Amino acid sequence: MSLSKLHAELVRFPDYFAHHVVLTVVALGIGVALSLPLAGLAVRRPGFRGPLLGVAGVVQTVPGLALLALMVPLLGRIGVVPALVALVLYSMLPVLRNAVTGALGVDPDVLEAARAIGMTDDQILLRVQLPLSAPVVIAGVRTAAVWTVGMATLSTPVGATSLGNFIFSGLQTQNTLAVLLGCAGAAALALGLDGLIRLVERAVAARDARRAWAVAALFVLAVGLSTAPLLAVASRPPAGPPVVVGAKTFTEQYVLAELIAGRLRRSGLEARVRAGLGSSVVFDALAADEIDVYVDYSGTLWANRLQRSDAASARRVLDETRRWLEDRHGIRLLGPLGFENAYALAMRRDRARALGITNLADLAARSPALAIGGDYEFFARPEWTRVREAYGMRFRDRRSFDSTLMYGAVADGHVDVISAFSSDGRIDAFDLLVLDDPRRAFPPYDAVLLLSRAAAARPALVAALAPLVASIDDTAMRRANRRVDVEGLSIGEAAGALDAALERSANREQAAGLGRDRPTFESAATGRASPHGRWEPQGRASSGGRSPLEANGVAE
Amino acid sequence: MISLRDVSKVYPGDVRAVDGLSLDVERGETVALLGASGCGKTTTLKLINRLVEATAGEIRVEGRDIRALDPVRLRRQIGYVFQGVGLFPHWSVGDNVAAVPRLLGWSEPRVRERVDALLDRVGLPPARFRDRRPAELSGGQRQRVGVARALAAEARLLLMDEPFGAVDPLTRDGLQQELVAMRAELDLTLVLVTHDVAEALLLGDRVAVLEAGRILQVGTPAELFARPAHATVERLLETPRRQADRLHALAHAADGVGDAPALRDAAGRVGSDAGATS
Repeated sequence: MSLSKLHAELVRFPDYFAHHVVLTVVALGIGVALSLPLAGLAVRRPGFRGPLLGVAGVVQTVPGLALLALMVPLLGRIGVVPALVALVLYSMLPVLRNAVTGALGVDPDVLEAARAIGMTDDQILLRVQLPLSAPVVIAGVRTAAVWTVGMATLSTPVGATSLGNFIFSGLQTQNTLAVLLGCAGAAALALGLDGLIRLVERAVAARDARRAWAVAALFVLAVGLSTAPLLAVASRPPAGPPVVVGAKTFTEQYVLAELIAGRLRRSGLEARVRAGLGSSVVFDALAADEIDVYVDYSGTLWANRLQRSDAASARRVLDETRRWLEDRHGIRLLGPLGFENAYALAMRRDRARALGITNLADLAARSPALAIGGDYEFFARPEWTRVREAYGMRFRDRRSFDSTLMYGAVADGHVDVISAFSSDGRIDAFDLLVLDDPRRAFPPYDAVLLLSRAAAARPALVAALAPLVASIDDTAMRRANRRVDVEGLSIGEAAGALDAALERSANREQAAGLGRDRPTFESAATGRASPHGRWEPQGRASSGGRSPLEANGVAE
Repeated sequence: MISLRDVSKVYPGDVRAVDGLSLDVERGETVALLGASGCGKTTTLKLINRLVEATAGEIRVEGRDIRALDPVRLRRQIGYVFQGVGLFPHWSVGDNVAAVPRLLGWSEPRVRERVDALLDRVGLPPARFRDRRPAELSGGQRQRVGVARALAAEARLLLMDEPFGAVDPLTRDGLQQELVAMRAELDLTLVLVTHDVAEALLLGDRVAVLEAGRILQVGTPAELFARPAHATVERLLETPRRQADRLHALAHAADGVGDAPALRDAAGRVGSDAGATS
């Protein structure tokens, strides 16, 4: 674990931490502001009390990640809003329950006196019940604060930046340092927030107004200092709206997003990466212009978006997908990047040899005695249904894994075969055999660059990214992935190395006189193992030729 | 000042806490409601300031039907003191006494002046007690603050529910004496709920004996002694009469001996005796 790697992660810390503080504090503030009046109503109306606490309890039983993910379709958007809504809902139960319990626990003699001297119900609630139950209410707020800090780390997949960015990308790229940094940051924030609220509690218990104000000032100061990085960003004059690059939750996506962001920055555009987005979240975000660009795979779009299950050539899949995206969502498919990240079934080479398996038909014949592992999505995807039916597979056992752990599971013999990604660096590293698909049951999965409607209308942006089309072959991508997953380099380092390699090959082509025209798909993808793809990218991506911006990029 | 006409309070399940009760309380008068627990005396008291709403009958305070009044405003005009006191533990003694005047929107200087005068009146020098918390007071001091709070907005009508039930006998005696003095001085009308026969007889201008939500007899203590209208009333009066006779005899004997230690000794025996009979 090198110092430079630690530094690379630490650089992100202030930004992630600041976002995390904002998410937590705002959610907690809204949660408390909503909970107290509701608790007041529940205290006064016993009939309302049961249902209210019941609903809050049910919300609490929904797993945090699921609650956050549910907010995206419910609210129809990604980012801070769904994360906040989920966090607010999550924070309310402890505050509600403690406020109700506290208010009902006030000495009945005191309540009788309050009524007897002529206080109204509101006055009793605000002047007697609330202050007397304050310690219990504050204890509830402390519980909520700690929960909210923890849950906020899960808001990364719905597109809200938080310390979860460290944890999610760290888990995906086996970067333990990043995971620990995220956890430590969250723990420190939870302790700090808890400590501050405890100070408030003590001041309230001592009925010392001056001390309460001092603590409040300390709180504002702490939040202000920790969110200063955001203000610094906000006050910087933007050079046009920043380009938001989306990425799904696996290594290749992180690397490509960094690569794309790097290219944009070199063209003088401001770029931000919003990584770790859920697979469907990222597409919806692009369709809603909430992100500007990301990389998807033609087969994934074909199956999940176009809802097609028929077999088709790579070219037809690409053409029809391109048209459909344009017509239906105004999304521009800029072109294929040049490599494929196909779903494939893979097993240990020695085991395959022992069983005499080289392709999926062989595998199907042996399947009743074998166990298959897949990532969380795989068994629910139409591709799996098609492959299973095409070959008549019936496995003894079926298990879902996190995609990071899947390769280890097959290497250690926990399962016999897994759903691998063809561009994954671990296929070589673990000496796995990718089984042939003679019936072409898996659709083609060419990586394609997608631009939102807004992004497609920005010539500078299009010009900066057009050179990436048909420039990354299978070998280059697998090498970049391997650098992260196997060799332990950071995402930034792997993206930098990939970028440098692309520049070198572009220079070679230019020197060979190929640079005057836009490279065809074939020319850039020479040597790729895939049988798919004999087409040229359609020429509306750029106004033509290597742009001056690209020339600048080469010069750097 | 107060009149109750055929008043009933029936709880679900036909539980008749108060059952067709009628009673008049004159201005400046003290009426004690006397009876065993569960006889309906506390419910009757709470009907007057609408802490409990009557299910039937008519209640008038200073000639006005209380059903026509806003209960919150009604309660601000009527002092209420009960055994639990119910001081607000998060407020100082001064703030507790100031509660009703502030609810009524008095100016702060006027509130402060009133609080200090009242604390003085109940024997708690404001300079020493104004800023203390209820938790720092003894039981008797708390009860004094309770009385001061009840009187703060110049209430002329005071409802008291076992106000001295939770304090030791010596303190109780002191508080009772002060109440008698204050009542005369402030021209208070008082309704006092108690199960202590001696307290009812000593403080009440008239005593109403209750049983099962009804009044068995109303009259001055002398009238009750002279002509008990009911076996229960007679039985109730027997104990204090016997105690009074015994005390009288002891006091007489002590006069004969004429020195202090013997008197103390006799008083001690009276105390244990009373404990055994009750």
